[in-house]
Amino acid sequence: MSSLNIPIYLDYSATTPVDERVAAKMMECLTKQGNFGNPASRSHPFGWKAEEAVEEARRHVAELIGAVPKEIVWTSGATESDNLAIKGAAHFNKKKGKHIITMKTEHKAVLDTCRQLEREGFEVTYLDPQEDGLLNMAAFKDAIREDTTVVSIMHVNNEIGVIQDIAGIGAITREKGIMFHVDAAQSPGKVAIDVDEMNVDLMSLCAHKVYGPKGVGALYVRRKPRARIEAQIHGGGHERGMRSGTLATHQLVGMGESFRIAREEMAEENIRMGQLRDRLWDGVKDMEEIYVNGHMDQRIPGNLNISFNFVEGESLIMSLKDIAVSSGSACTSASLEPSYVLRAIGRNDELAHSSIRFTMGRFSTEEEVDFTIGKVREAVTHLRELSPLWDMFKEGIDLESVEWAHH
Amino acid sequence: MAYSDKVLDHYENPRNVGTLDKDDPNVGTGMVGAPACGDVMRLQIKVSDDGIIEDAKFKTYGCGSAIASSSLVTEMVKGKTLAEVEAIKNMDIVEELALPPVKIHCSVLAEDAIAAALADIKAKRAATTKATA
Ligand SMILES: Cc1ncc(COP(=O)(O)O)c(C=O)c1O
Repeated sequence: MSSLNIPIYLDYSATTPVDERVAAKMMECLTKQGNFGNPASRSHPFGWKAEEAVEEARRHVAELIGAVPKEIVWTSGATESDNLAIKGAAHFNKKKGKHIITMKTEHKAVLDTCRQLEREGFEVTYLDPQEDGLLNMAAFKDAIREDTTVVSIMHVNNEIGVIQDIAGIGAITREKGIMFHVDAAQSPGKVAIDVDEMNVDLMSLCAHKVYGPKGVGALYVRRKPRARIEAQIHGGGHERGMRSGTLATHQLVGMGESFRIAREEMAEENIRMGQLRDRLWDGVKDMEEIYVNGHMDQRIPGNLNISFNFVEGESLIMSLKDIAVSSGSACTSASLEPSYVLRAIGRNDELAHSSIRFTMGRFSTEEEVDFTIGKVREAVTHLRELSPLWDMFKEGIDLESVEWAHH
Repeated sequence: MAYSDKVLDHYENPRNVGTLDKDDPNVGTGMVGAPACGDVMRLQIKVSDDGIIEDAKFKTYGCGSAIASSSLVTEMVKGKTLAEVEAIKNMDIVEELALPPVKIHCSVLAEDAIAAALADIKAKRAATTKATA
């Protein structure tokens, strides 16, 4: 147990540490001795060298998703990419139609962008997921209208880790001539991506979930057939006018390197993640009244999202103070609402309040997982001893039948 | 979020966790909150014939501050008369535990639990008085 570093980090879907190899590359692009030039400077070698580094990074990002480098537009992260893609495509096509389709389990960067478009007069359909978190294809087809111009569906869900059938959706949007945007912030290095096979027109990416730095991302913008978007940030005309602003060489190099490593190590890493996830699940699955949230197989291997019924998530997190995880409990969210993703897949408030998301990553170990299993079992048992709901459950009282004084 | 030392102390070493017989005529039970809101408190008090709270037990489903608030309340009510306990207000709990503004509702719930337990024992006593009269 001596090698355990407490607290243990099991929140890789929130963000990842930067891989040492990535950090080393980034540090070469900062100081006077390094590659610090402005990639847009055309008049001297400082600029040329920086541009070279940025273009190499662009190739790495393109390669991971089966795109060509010219289709990659650098941004500050997936939030900006989502804004640029959805607003950009909706605005560009507003004469054709003003209807957008998305899902209730999308990241806020997509949902709030859609809300803004509603305020501007667009109409948005927010589809319910099935109980397993996946999109219902029949319902999706039914939602498509004559005036639908943009469909935005995420690849991997950040809370429950489920993987949507992007190729299945892309086949439909391509046939109908609808722009298809995919928020793939959580997928690189975890699920294979091929934008051509999947018929994706626009794809949001970021570095900080793949062992790259925070504050950098990219938007894939298809060239054939061409995806047209309106710029949201105007200025010096960088990135072919789609996103102005001096390119942050060190950030982009970091993203490129992290994507290069992800492509090379993905197959091996996924096997290891799957083993760790199974180990964690095997260690807790015999406990009473626990539920996995989201489809068990159609999900990335490093994610396990569990509701521990009759235990409240924030207190569970408090008991698990040696382990860094996140919860769908209202008490841990800024909004004081339980996870909207868990509500959308049909979990009741209690189960949403009781959820813990464990996400494992490159630096997770079996030892850490074993330690976590022990702590989780101990904490859940302790909190259930404190829980009047557990008492009632044990007495056979149906909690749904009790009249609670809502406050 | 950082918790105060007092919250952590009550959370890690909760006082008076348990259950009293709710059918005992000397036991008042108050259960407040709702699972859907993320907190449910059950406070039970055992009251002597001369109106002194001899024992108190709680069980709480909720965040750390809710658990700490109910644990504290069991300590506060023990040995007091019903009238004294009635005077306990949520701000007493907020001050004692140094609860931040977002956790004030936990103290309100604890005050509600006291009121509910008192109401229950009073109703029981009123019923027995009537029955014996
Ligand atoms: C699915 C998804 N979309 C978008 C984002 C936002 O990404 P960023 O932090 O790079 O803006 C995240 C991460 O928080 C995410 O998980």
